[in-house]
Amino acid sequence: MIDQDFIDDLLAKHSYLGFISHEDCLTLSCIRDHWVDFASYLSLEETFDLLVDLTAVDHGEDAEVRFSVVCHYYSRVHHDYIRAHVECASNENPEIPSLSSVYPSADWHERETFDMFGIRFTSHPNMKRILMWDEYPYFPLRKEFPLAGIDTPLPAPDVVEVTKASVEPAPMMGGPFVSSGSGPMSDSEPRAKDESWTEKSEKPG
Amino acid sequence: MSPTTTKEISIGDVAARQAAGITQMEGEERMALNVGPSHPTTHGVLRLILELNGDMIEKCEPVLGYLHRGDEKIAENMTYNQFVPYTDRLDYLAPLANNVAYAISVEKLTGLDLPERCQAIRVLVCELARISSHLLGMGVFGMDAGAWTPFMYTFTEREKLYTLFEELTGARFTTSFTRIGGVANDIPEGWLDRVSKFCDELPLATDAVEKLLTRNRIFLDRTEGIGQISKEDALAYGLTGPNLRASGIDLDLRKDKPYSGYEKYDFDVPIGTRGDCYDRYLVRIEEVRQSVRIIKQVIADFPSGAWYAEDAKKIFAPPKEKILSSMEELIQNFMIVTEGPQIPSGEVYFEAENPKGALGFYIVSKGGGVPYRMKIRAPSFCNLSILEKLVPGHLLSDITVILGSLDFVMGECDR
Repeated sequence: MIDQDFIDDLLAKHSYLGFISHEDCLTLSCIRDHWVDFASYLSLEETFDLLVDLTAVDHGEDAEVRFSVVCHYYSRVHHDYIRAHVECASNENPEIPSLSSVYPSADWHERETFDMFGIRFTSHPNMKRILMWDEYPYFPLRKEFPLAGIDTPLPAPDVVEVTKASVEPAPMMGGPFVSSGSGPMSDSEPRAKDESWTEKSEKPG
Repeated sequence: MSPTTTKEISIGDVAARQAAGITQMEGEERMALNVGPSHPTTHGVLRLILELNGDMIEKCEPVLGYLHRGDEKIAENMTYNQFVPYTDRLDYLAPLANNVAYAISVEKLTGLDLPERCQAIRVLVCELARISSHLLGMGVFGMDAGAWTPFMYTFTEREKLYTLFEELTGARFTTSFTRIGGVANDIPEGWLDRVSKFCDELPLATDAVEKLLTRNRIFLDRTEGIGQISKEDALAYGLTGPNLRASGIDLDLRKDKPYSGYEKYDFDVPIGTRGDCYDRYLVRIEEVRQSVRIIKQVIADFPSGAWYAEDAKKIFAPPKEKILSSMEELIQNFMIVTEGPQIPSGEVYFEAENPKGALGFYIVSKGGGVPYRMKIRAPSFCNLSILEKLVPGHLLSDITVILGSLDFVMGECDR
């Protein structure tokens, strides 16, 4: 387990780190320019030899800083995780330096984060989509993307020519249903959170 | 100067022919070979674009996403309990273990302490899921290497397990057994005896598999020294579970960061020495024996008392008989079903030692019954990322063995 001495020592050595909390695991904030330095420090000087997870959070279109990247490191000596947050530079074209030169496991995690949020990882060796197809125009885990999906052309033009098929949004009439829990009684009735395509409203795209 | 020739063979997929760059190889005669996305070796829908020099693989590019369903997006749009069935469909060979990992992650946000009986039930189902997953993993691995019979033995045992799961949860595969703050129901009468009986019979089957495979000349020739992963590579690429332990790294979250009362049980963590396909098989077969050991300890000292967190009024919906007879419980049930279990705001990361590796959930909550963001850290996704480095230098026929030994599930990898 990570103790207070370790945290004090870490914060004293690295002035660019900010302490956020120590609840389920030690949570730190890091600034962009030192994102890779901090990873190298954890990997080389400390015993955090596993980068277990790297992902991003979209704080919404109106947020001052829209995207932050979150990374979890695990130490086999401390038997504990460190969670590091870093904010992305621009809300329109978010960018963050890549950790794949320090931890090869970051490679696929960063590709997935790019795929889902559109955050570019600079100096990444192979910055392309991993789960969606290469031509896909949207970033599905951004908050403005509807749960139903958006009408998108199929990636195979020869198939489209014959079948006229496209990727269609899913009908949301079947749920999932969640109550908002606030407002007048008639509004708090459980309903699909995403109603971008129901029998009452037009389908998106 | 000999002219450059390029041959291309595609199995079933037009897109492979368009795979740019690979068809324009220089030097000796090279061949681009597309394996998958639907191929018996890939155990699902994984596609590999290989660059071959004769029979030797020079480059391997995995292509994922054929089973992507957007689970993380779906999770942001439903209550915590509504997402439990989706966790069944991550690693669909061990749904019970996924259910438990997910429930514990959310409970960590609430700081809830579960009663001992509930924890024991969870440990029990996790280990049964591990046995079921490893039995399939070993059986299919043998089949990939050309041995049919072990598969028959392991599937006979798996069938018995699925009968047990059906008695417990009502479903054979998609169990959806846990709820936030407890489990769906208490164990049925006489079920523990039947689990005990299964645990007594299982060693006969694992011994039979060992007799057929462990000293089998053909199996040894095909797996020993093949797909060797060094300790450094295993850590660098974020491998977890049996694949990491086969490389000689003693990391088992059940020992390192015990959850759900694993610290009470005595078991060994098998580790490999060379990290090849054969070691990965040996680690799995030993893990099955250790799981049986854990199950026997759980059953021998099975706690009585509540099987769900009784004081968590805003999190766990009470059992049906109470809902139908008491007004307060009825309201409680109504609120939890419509608005979801009320989880305080905060963020949490929890990893459970699943059969395939460490399954992690990173949850950001802003309060209420719906998560703001949920990331699923899938062990198969991380385990497969090593393919690009591991496969080159092997023969084409080794692909089946390497993929079989990594024991991945695409449902979890693509989410």
